[in-house]
Amino acid sequence: MLGILTGFVEELREVGIPVSMVETIDAARALEHVDLGSRSGLKAALGSTLVKNARHHRAFEAAFEVFFSLTGPVAGSDEMEARREAAMALLSGFRGGGGGGGGDSEDASDLVAALLRSLRDRDEPLLQAVVRTAVDRLAGIEPGRPVGGAYYMYRVMRRLQIDDVEQELLNALLDVDAPSLERRLVVEEVQRRLEQVREMVRSEIRARLVADRGPRAVARTLRRPLVEDVDLSAATRDELVEVERVIHPLSRRLATRLSQRRRRGARGRLDVRRTMRAALSTGGVPADPRFRRPRPGKPEIVLLCDISGSVATFARFTMQIVYGIAAQFSRVRSYAFIDSIDEVTGFFGPGVDFAEAMRRIGTEAEVVWLDGHSDYGNAFGRFRDAFLDEAVTSRSTVIVTGDARSNYHDPNAAALRAIARRARSLFWLNPEPNRYWDTGDSLMGVYAPWCDAVYEVRSIRQLERFVERAAVPTVRPQRPLA
Amino acid sequence: MPLLHSAAMTSATPGDIADALRAQGYLPDERIAQVVFLAERLDKPILVEGPAGVGKTELAKALAAALGRRLIRLQCYEGLDEAKALYEWNYRKQLLRIQADEQAAWSEIEEDIFSEPFLLTRPLLEAIRSVDPVVLLIDEIDRVEMETEALLLEILSDFQVSIPELGTIKAVSRPMVVLTSNNTRELSEALKRRCLFLHIAYPTIERETEILLTRVPELPESLAESMSRVVASIRSEPIRKPPSVSESLDWARTLLALGVERLDDDAVNDTLHVLLKYQSDVEKVAASLAGD
Repeated sequence: MLGILTGFVEELREVGIPVSMVETIDAARALEHVDLGSRSGLKAALGSTLVKNARHHRAFEAAFEVFFSLTGPVAGSDEMEARREAAMALLSGFRGGGGGGGGDSEDASDLVAALLRSLRDRDEPLLQAVVRTAVDRLAGIEPGRPVGGAYYMYRVMRRLQIDDVEQELLNALLDVDAPSLERRLVVEEVQRRLEQVREMVRSEIRARLVADRGPRAVARTLRRPLVEDVDLSAATRDELVEVERVIHPLSRRLATRLSQRRRRGARGRLDVRRTMRAALSTGGVPADPRFRRPRPGKPEIVLLCDISGSVATFARFTMQIVYGIAAQFSRVRSYAFIDSIDEVTGFFGPGVDFAEAMRRIGTEAEVVWLDGHSDYGNAFGRFRDAFLDEAVTSRSTVIVTGDARSNYHDPNAAALRAIARRARSLFWLNPEPNRYWDTGDSLMGVYAPWCDAVYEVRSIRQLERFVERAAVPTVRPQRPLA
Repeated sequence: MPLLHSAAMTSATPGDIADALRAQGYLPDERIAQVVFLAERLDKPILVEGPAGVGKTELAKALAAALGRRLIRLQCYEGLDEAKALYEWNYRKQLLRIQADEQAAWSEIEEDIFSEPFLLTRPLLEAIRSVDPVVLLIDEIDRVEMETEALLLEILSDFQVSIPELGTIKAVSRPMVVLTSNNTRELSEALKRRCLFLHIAYPTIERETEILLTRVPELPESLAESMSRVVASIRSEPIRKPPSVSESLDWARTLLALGVERLDDDAVNDTLHVLLKYQSDVEKVAASLAGD
C-alpha cells in the first residue's frame, strides 16, 4: 500500500499539485484508519490529506481513478467470465431473431436497445451490463498501445449511436404539451443520465487500460495541465471553459485586495476622546489606548485593455476579469483600445451577459482610429486627453493589459507617465513570455519605468501571483523625471 | 437522541458518525462523514471550504450537538488580533490590585498581577483550557489577514498556547477543531498543511431533496424533488449569486405557506425572489426558464 501511495503522490506532484512530506505522512496515517476495501473511505482519506485546494480536485479524481478504484478483474479470469455471463443473461432479451452472439459482432443494435431501456427505466444493473459489454465488443482495445483511451471512447459512443439514443430518450420522456419548466427539467435529466453513461464508459475503458499497462503509464498519458497552468494564449475550448470558471472568484479577490488599503499594520491615529472615556474606568490612567480604525477604501480600479487581434484570446480573458470585477464592484472603469481607446464600462455591470457585452464592444465601442493595428501611443494619448481627469484620481489603481506591441508607432511614453503620475499605482499585465519583451515592435522596456510593476501573465497561476502581490503596499519606485 | 460520547467516539465508524449527525438534523454525505471520522482519529482540525450557505457552520454545530460537547465559536473578521482571539490581561483588575496595596514590593505585585486570575480568556484559550472536550469553530478564517493566521498555528498543531508571562498552556482535553472558509483568499500553506481539507459543494439533487424533507418535514416528497431539480437547474445558470441550501429551505417554507402543491411555471416565477438575491438574477432566470 505504501508503494502505491508514494507512486500516487509522485503522480500528483507531476500534475502540479503541491504535496508536502508532512501531508504524505498524514495520508499514510489516515490509511491505517480506513477500510481499504471501501472506495469512498480511501478517497476521503487521500483527498482530505493530500489535496488542499478545491480546484485541484478534478486532477486528483482522475489520478485516483487510475491508481486505486480500478484494479478490476483481469481479462480471462474466472471473475471476468462470471461478470460477462451475468451481462449476457441480462442482455439476452434484446437480441433480435438471428442476432450473433459472441464478441465479434459489429452490429450493436441489441446494445443500443438495451441502453435506451436502461436509461428510460433507470435500470442500473442493466446499464452496467450494457457498458461492460459495449466496451468488450465495440472499443477494439489493442493491448500495449500507449493511448489515453479517447479514441476507444469515441468508437464506443459512436457505435452506441449515442445521439440517437438521446433523441429517442427525449421523445420517450418529453411531453410536448408540458409547460416549459417541466420540459426544461426533463431535458436536463436526460443530459445528466447520458453524462453518467459517458462517465461509466470512460472509467470502464480506463480500467482495461490500467489492467493492461499499469497505473503509472496510464496516468502519464491522461495527464492534463491544471487550470492554473493552462497557457491562456494557446488554450483549447474546454480549457477555456474551465479557466472561465475560476476567473470569477479570482477577479473578486483581485478587487477585494486592491481595496484593502493598508489597513493592516497602521492602526490609525489615537482616538483621544474614546481613550479618555476608557480611562475613567481605570482611575484616569489611560491604560487602554483606543485608536481610530482606518476605513477601508472602496476599490477604484481603472482597466485599460488591448483587445487587438494579436492578443485576442488574452483579451477575452482580461475582459472576463473586467466582467467579474464589474459584477461585484461599482467603482470600476474599463476602457478597451486597439489604436484608439473608448470607455466600455457601461457594457458591463451586474447581471449583464458576457457574450452580449463582448458583442457590443466589438460593434459599438470606438476602439479603431486608423487601421485597426495596435497603437499604444495613440491609445494612451487619447486616454490622457479624454478620460484621465474624470476617471483617475489619486486613489485609483490603473491596470494596463496588453503585449505592448505597437507596430513601430510612436510610444508616447509621456502619456503613460501622465496617467501614472495621477494614479495611486499602475500595473501592467503582459501576456507574452518575459523573454520576448523588447524584441521586434515590443515597447515594454519603454513603458516599464512608469509602471509600479510589470507582470508576465500567461496563466491563472501568474494572475494569482499578481493578485497576491498587488495589495501589498509598495513604495512607489523613483520615477525618472524626464 | 443518540449521542456519541467521547468513549463511544473512539470506536465509532464513519457510518455511526453519519447517523449521529443525521439525528441532529444535519445530513452529511459520505465524504463529510469520512473526513469527520478521520479528523477524530488523527486529532487534526478540519478545514471546510465551499460556497456560502452550504452548511459549513452547520456542520460544526451539528457535530458539537452529536458529540454532546460545548461549541466555542471564534468569528473571524478583518483586524482580529491576539487580544480578541487568544487572551488579554485584565488591565482594570491589575490596576486596582496595584492601587489597593501600594506598600507591597513590586516583585510581589508583579508576580501576582500576571497570574491566572488576571487573565481574560478569549475563545482559543478557552477551548484549550476547558476540562470537558469542546468543539472549536473558527468561522470564516479567510477574513483575517495572513499574519493573524499564524496565531492559530500553535493551537492547530500542538493544541497549546504560549503566554510570555505564564509559559505554555497545554490543552487539558483535545478540542475538535473546525475551520470554515469562503475562499475569498488563499490560505497559507502552513495552515492548510495542518488541516484535513473538506470541500462542501452544492448538494446533489438526491441529497438536497433529503435535506429539504428533513428540515421541512411537512413538505410533500414529490414537491421536494422537483424543487431540488429546479434549484440545480438555476445553479447551472451564469448568475451572480446561485441559490444556496439555506435559500432553497426558505423557498420550501414559502411554497408551503402559499399552499403550492405542484411546481409549475407560475409558481416558480412568483417565488423566484426568495431563491435569488439580485433583481438582475431574477430577470435572467425567469427569461431562461420561460425558454427564451
